[in-house]
Amino acid sequence: MVNEPSLKVVPEQINLSFVEQVNLASGQVIQRCYHCFKCTAGCPITPFMDYGPDRVLRMVQLGLKDRLMTSSTIWLCAACEACAIRCPNDIDIARVMDVLRHMALEEGYPIGEKTISNFHRLYLALIQRFGRMHEATLMGIHKLRSGDLFSDLGAGMRLFFMGKLPLLPHRIKGIKEIGAIFEQTMKGATR
Amino acid sequence: MKFSYYPGCSLHATAVEYGSSVQAVFKTLDVELVEIPDWNCCGASSAHNLNYMLSLCLPARNIAIAQGQGQALVVPCVGCLSRLKIADGVLRDDPARRQAVENIVGFSYSGDLRILPPLAIIGDDVGLEQVRERVRKPLEGLVVACYYGCLLVRPPEIAQFDDPEHPQSMDQLMEALGAKTVEWSWSTECCGAALSLTRRDIVEHLVTRLVDTARQAGAQMMVTACPLCQVNLEMRQKAEGERFPVLYFTELMGLAFGLEETERWLGQHLVSPLPLLQSLSLA
Repeated sequence: MVNEPSLKVVPEQINLSFVEQVNLASGQVIQRCYHCFKCTAGCPITPFMDYGPDRVLRMVQLGLKDRLMTSSTIWLCAACEACAIRCPNDIDIARVMDVLRHMALEEGYPIGEKTISNFHRLYLALIQRFGRMHEATLMGIHKLRSGDLFSDLGAGMRLFFMGKLPLLPHRIKGIKEIGAIFEQTMKGATR
Repeated sequence: MKFSYYPGCSLHATAVEYGSSVQAVFKTLDVELVEIPDWNCCGASSAHNLNYMLSLCLPARNIAIAQGQGQALVVPCVGCLSRLKIADGVLRDDPARRQAVENIVGFSYSGDLRILPPLAIIGDDVGLEQVRERVRKPLEGLVVACYYGCLLVRPPEIAQFDDPEHPQSMDQLMEALGAKTVEWSWSTECCGAALSLTRRDIVEHLVTRLVDTARQAGAQMMVTACPLCQVNLEMRQKAEGERFPVLYFTELMGLAFGLEETERWLGQHLVSPLPLLQSLSLA
């Protein structure tokens, strides 16, 4: 199968506590997966992933933590939940993907899709600042930082002239409450 | 009938025509929407990608505001709807996390707030009979593919709306307006909107496949209930042939109800629906 590399296991790479760590953080029982491939077959992003969703669960079972933490797959999952509703063992795989991303960040692994994690950080920074998203600022800063300035310029200008990209952000009155939420949740309590 | 209303950030910007059409259509159906005061962003994809507690607390602040208003909360943006309903589910079923979220946000969860998509209100509270009665200009000759996307119906224990693999609520509504709908296999396939600005290559592949299959099924346009899907489907299509229009279901309701503002909404699209609608004498 394309994009399903064989998982050659080297004993030194096995992290025996990994599966328990993922179970605990996600509330799922990864050992229940018997690899029917329904998740991978139905995932719209499988062709672009380095490991399909089923391989991700296998890697958790085998304790291949380092390889999984640095993969791009965990960042490409769009959380559409198609896998979760079709899993015959009731594993919420999209939730597992969330947990794997959080773990990779907290434990300081090199990130497999840096542009994506940076985009999410920028998005949250804007919410922290205004309490709401301001799409024009988000698009502008993201485009500047990723060096991809011109690809969506035409569409952006058209949206602006149609009145769909207000230039000035709106800051909510309860911005201090948002600040407190960020301060307390960012202390590491991501579970 | 009166409901609280959470527009979310998109409905004030890239989905401004969705926001105005929801308001106008509900007014026509004698449903009053009251925007909740000083709401904040739900955290969208980014909060749950990076920080789980944050992804619960940002929606929880909106739940705290809305639960004091005494009526159900309507959330037209499916991204927001899903994040609010996920947070609500955790607050309801997980006492330890409820305690933590209540402490951080500074409120006491009452558990009596119903959170609903507009389609649920139109189908269940208003009823399609009422919709049919308001139709002044039936959408005759128009063939649409109803695109539900992922989170309006998934996961079913959170969404609690329609069928997760074969939803029909939007199809029934479109038929009540006089349009025809097509059966196609992709109505709940993800369009990848969360990756639209970061992995354009993937998203173009997903969107183009959706547009191609909708066209092959015989549809003339797609209809959606999600602002993230809508802008993504317009921006990222690389399909062969004419660009494929994508409208909100509320815009087609406005058109069938003969609402004056419809013309303005139809002019706010990256892919203009006007040539198609004019060829059918609908606009």
